[in-house]
Amino acid sequence: MSSHTHHDEPFYRKYIWSTDHKIIGLQYGFTALFFLLVGFVLMMIMRWQLAYPETPVPIIGGLLGDTGILLPETYNALGVMHGTIMIFLGVVPLAVGAFGNYIVPLQIGAPDMAFPKLNAASYWSYLVGGIVMLASFFTPEGPARAGWTGYPPLSVFEPGQTIWLIGMVFIITSSLLGSINFITTIVQLRAPGLSWMRLPFFVWAQLVTAFLLVLAFPPLESAAVLQLMDRVAGTSFFLPSGLVVSGEILNVSGGGSPLLWQHLFWFLAHPEVYVLILPAMGIVSEVIANNTRKPLWGYKSLVFAAVFLGFMSFIVWAHHMFLTGMGTAMSAFFQTTTMIISIPSVIILSALFISLWGASIRFNTPMLFALAFLPMFGIGGLTGLPLGIGASDIYLHDTYYVIGHFHYVVAPGTIFALFAGIYYWYPKMTGRKMSEAIGKLHFWPSFIFMNGIFMPMFIQGLAGVSRRLWDGGLESAHASGVLQWNEFMSISAWLLGLAQLPFIFNVFYSMKFGEKVDENPWDSTTLEWTAPSPPLPHVNFDNIPEVHREAYEYSVPGRKRDFTPQTVPKKG
Amino acid sequence: MDIPYTVEERSDTGLFNAKLGIWLFLASEVMLFGGLFSAYIFLRFGAPDGAFHEWGQELNIPLATLNTLILISSSVTMVMSWASLKLQDIKKYKLYMGLTLLCALVFLVIKYLEYTAKFDHHIFPSTNTFFAIYFTLTGLHGLHIIGGMIVLFYLWIPGRKMWLSNSEQFTNRVEIVGLYWHFVDLVWIFLFPVLYLL
Repeated sequence: MSSHTHHDEPFYRKYIWSTDHKIIGLQYGFTALFFLLVGFVLMMIMRWQLAYPETPVPIIGGLLGDTGILLPETYNALGVMHGTIMIFLGVVPLAVGAFGNYIVPLQIGAPDMAFPKLNAASYWSYLVGGIVMLASFFTPEGPARAGWTGYPPLSVFEPGQTIWLIGMVFIITSSLLGSINFITTIVQLRAPGLSWMRLPFFVWAQLVTAFLLVLAFPPLESAAVLQLMDRVAGTSFFLPSGLVVSGEILNVSGGGSPLLWQHLFWFLAHPEVYVLILPAMGIVSEVIANNTRKPLWGYKSLVFAAVFLGFMSFIVWAHHMFLTGMGTAMSAFFQTTTMIISIPSVIILSALFISLWGASIRFNTPMLFALAFLPMFGIGGLTGLPLGIGASDIYLHDTYYVIGHFHYVVAPGTIFALFAGIYYWYPKMTGRKMSEAIGKLHFWPSFIFMNGIFMPMFIQGLAGVSRRLWDGGLESAHASGVLQWNEFMSISAWLLGLAQLPFIFNVFYSMKFGEKVDENPWDSTTLEWTAPSPPLPHVNFDNIPEVHREAYEYSVPGRKRDFTPQTVPKKG
Repeated sequence: MDIPYTVEERSDTGLFNAKLGIWLFLASEVMLFGGLFSAYIFLRFGAPDGAFHEWGQELNIPLATLNTLILISSSVTMVMSWASLKLQDIKKYKLYMGLTLLCALVFLVIKYLEYTAKFDHHIFPSTNTFFAIYFTLTGLHGLHIIGGMIVLFYLWIPGRKMWLSNSEQFTNRVEIVGLYWHFVDLVWIFLFPVLYLL
């Protein structure tokens, strides 16, 4: 075995310029958690303005100018950066970059990713993109403030958009390199005997996700190039003829179309929704199978539903555009495909719910988060149906209802699943379990305050309160009946912030003082638990494992133990 | 323990890793140029009747035809350089790789002449939507040519020493970059009629 040669690597090779998928996974993980915190802090500042409009923000008010009041342009900037950071620098890198990198090669019994150098390049490109985004706070122009969707014509004139586009190019490059690597790894490096239908569902989810990233991100890149041309070279890709800005007809050739941007943008951004949710479903499946001590119900339907979901996600994008006047025929097509895509989501969620049936569930911290994911994602998904139908979307479009809907999918949905993953795989990464007591102290308040933030958004949205309002609806007569919720939501948000402190403490505390465990503390069947904890640098396994059975052989009648790892040979 | 299938093929997929990787990359490239082509269609339908055709009359069709022939030739020499390696003839490889690079260079020079002629006539990306998409598409294609040339040059001179240590992997590398090169060629085959002839 050649692994001993790697032990002498100097510190910077081992932990900084590393090509080991586990180190890169951890780099992704810590960077992404940092960005999640940053994105969340931005929102906590914005929530002050919404709860107590035009009063000085406490503590950090001095940074916001002489008055300490969050001004409208700063509010818009924080909104853009909250969305951008949370999606592109927080959730996706954590779900795909961190968990995908660390867990996928282990679960398929590979020594590393197929292209280790590309993997490192992907991380560093992501980090540069993140730094560019953060740096935009310190430029004279300030960060982008034309909405995280960057709709033209506004985005062509607003300052700060150029640096946002440059940051996006780095982030897009990073996901491209990463996803090519994931697909190649999963197709090529599966251990002997690990046929497609023996793959853990998490690997399937990552595979579909990677395909979405490979095919959906390039159109956004082309859109970013076009917008950059509009800003820098004076083209009119997104500027119609006769556009009037500040009372004067704009001196450009015109002839472009703002709708073109929306098509290109949503062609990425809708599959992106499934990039956000599929890895989460994968993590939840692993945790549920393990803690119900039963095989996943309907493994094959899960797999086919995920693949179908991935395919359909490419032909639903214009349901974000019902109000653009693109025509009823187009709307009819896209609302039909949107209704169809809800079927595989429901199949996946139902299969996971049915998996719970009749199980004697172990309620440990990862399982609590995974269980909370199911109804939370369910609320997020079901509230999406009225938005997918043109007629009801006309009323709900751009209200807080939309904000509530997609945050239920991503925040108490995906982020809870990511927490479940962290608690579940932490012993693999460190050889120690995270503290259960502190974990529950993290879970319960998080669960309550998440709902405290997002549930009232449905109430406000149904009353017609628009999103992105600096004053939270103070000047809109129709909002007056639901304004009291603003303070409630804000306080929930700040308390949610407080509830994350036990988690941060737990991550570092348990590295030193967590309960020491062997390589398979959860009595799990999948391959990552046959490797040492943490797995060996650069090679993972002492020997490449051989796979003899399906992924979830839990509680098979007649066997001594209630789990049979995939590596156990079948008896003659 | 090395990463498996970096050189040899995996029997059930019939691929070595980099070959799958490059095809995935090319798929993403198809989507990138696909996005821009759909922008072209969108803008063409949005323009007044016949305007795109009229604006396109400014372009130099003979030069572009010449460039098309040059780029196709470079694809041929690219295949020949790979075939030479398969026949263990490193001398021929050097010749054909050099010719490929020469073709690419001539292509860029002609492109440069076309661009400067436009600028002399005060035609810029901001002139109208046709030239906006013309400069964006051909510019991005040119960047792909330049990127390809950097890799080709690496394989032509500094990277060639790998031929002595691991000839099979070196041949694979040439095959991989060849696939990319053919793709860039193919993009031009689409660009030429769409921008110059329609």
